[in-house]
Amino acid sequence: MNLKQLASKEERFVSGHRLCPGCAAPIIVRLTLKAIKQAVVVATATGCLEVSSTIFPYTSWRVPWIHNAFENAAATISGVEACYRALKRQGKIRKEIKFVAFGGDGGTYDIGLQSLSGALERGHDFLYVCYDNEAYMNTGIQRSSATPMGAWTNTSQVGSAQLGKKEHMKDLTSIVAAHNIPYVAQATPANYLDLMRKVEKGVSIKGPAFINVLSPCPRGWRFPHNKTIKIAQLAVDTCFWPLYEVENGVYKINFDPGKNKKPIREWILSQGRYKHLWKNRGFIREIQEFVDRRWERLKQLSSMG
Amino acid sequence: MKKKSWKSIPEGGIITTPGNSLKFKTGDWKTHYPEWNKEKCIQCLRCHFLCPEGAIKVKNGKVVGIDLDYCKGCGICADECPVKAIVMKKVGENGSD
Repeated sequence: MNLKQLASKEERFVSGHRLCPGCAAPIIVRLTLKAIKQAVVVATATGCLEVSSTIFPYTSWRVPWIHNAFENAAATISGVEACYRALKRQGKIRKEIKFVAFGGDGGTYDIGLQSLSGALERGHDFLYVCYDNEAYMNTGIQRSSATPMGAWTNTSQVGSAQLGKKEHMKDLTSIVAAHNIPYVAQATPANYLDLMRKVEKGVSIKGPAFINVLSPCPRGWRFPHNKTIKIAQLAVDTCFWPLYEVENGVYKINFDPGKNKKPIREWILSQGRYKHLWKNRGFIREIQEFVDRRWERLKQLSSMG
Repeated sequence: MKKKSWKSIPEGGIITTPGNSLKFKTGDWKTHYPEWNKEKCIQCLRCHFLCPEGAIKVKNGKVVGIDLDYCKGCGICADECPVKAIVMKKVGENGSD
């Protein structure tokens, strides 16, 4: 499908949802559902997306949608997928259906990790999309294991004892890649063609696929709500959130800023959650070293082919 | 929508009309609204793909307008437009919206 056909396609996640203005999650959902040609069944973990898109008696989903509990979006969708396979074998269903689970970073990095790991290991044919807004935004900005070092949240306060979160973020994409599943990728809504291509690839491959999408949050990250896409692009340009994919164990970097790689300082200056670090050169250097180390490792992995 | 009693709610609280949130207009959230200039627009469709609300209407591969009934006025479209064909204006100015 070309761009015009994709744009003209009927929306499967419609207007009227109550996510904040400038939220990246609905952009990610719209793009994901646009990129899938087949019929689709969606499961969602508890989170901003779930509570804001299905306020009774309304729903923004035009696809069969299921929510179970916070921790088991992956387990739920794997049950649905197993049922589909059984019905297909019995000849009761002929249609080709794709299965997608959406989870925030809370429902994926922390609470839903074991159910995700289990579903990946069992090899169900589904796509898991994590919209990573780097904290528990739905309940009022509490730290998660996706929150980057130095970021303020309500449970990683700034004061004399600590400057925001003390620990580095968890590298979930690598954890998922370690399950040796057919397809793992990292994306952002700013690179929407890249994201849609990855979704298309993820659903076309037999077996589990996982896409980790950075989802800038104007409320929690403290930036003006028209800058969502600019911030997502900055994450790519600073190599804070590199675009890459792992297909059958082979790493491939999709975008290498090369000489135009921006210093992490720009990323930190763009958001109010890092306000206390704006003049703290030592801390910024520490974060820069962390980002560089991860980027170098990724480059080495991709050069191994 | 009229409030229902528990007797008339479907079992399990299932919502049986997909996409009925279209009945809930979020357009009144905004303080600024986008104004689209058809002449300046190069039809790159960037705004359509990046709108969180899906409020940028496309017909036959072309942008035809912005649905202010749902637009929350975040301003991503105006910020991302490569030719500045969308500008944000304050609600209430010039008697608009």
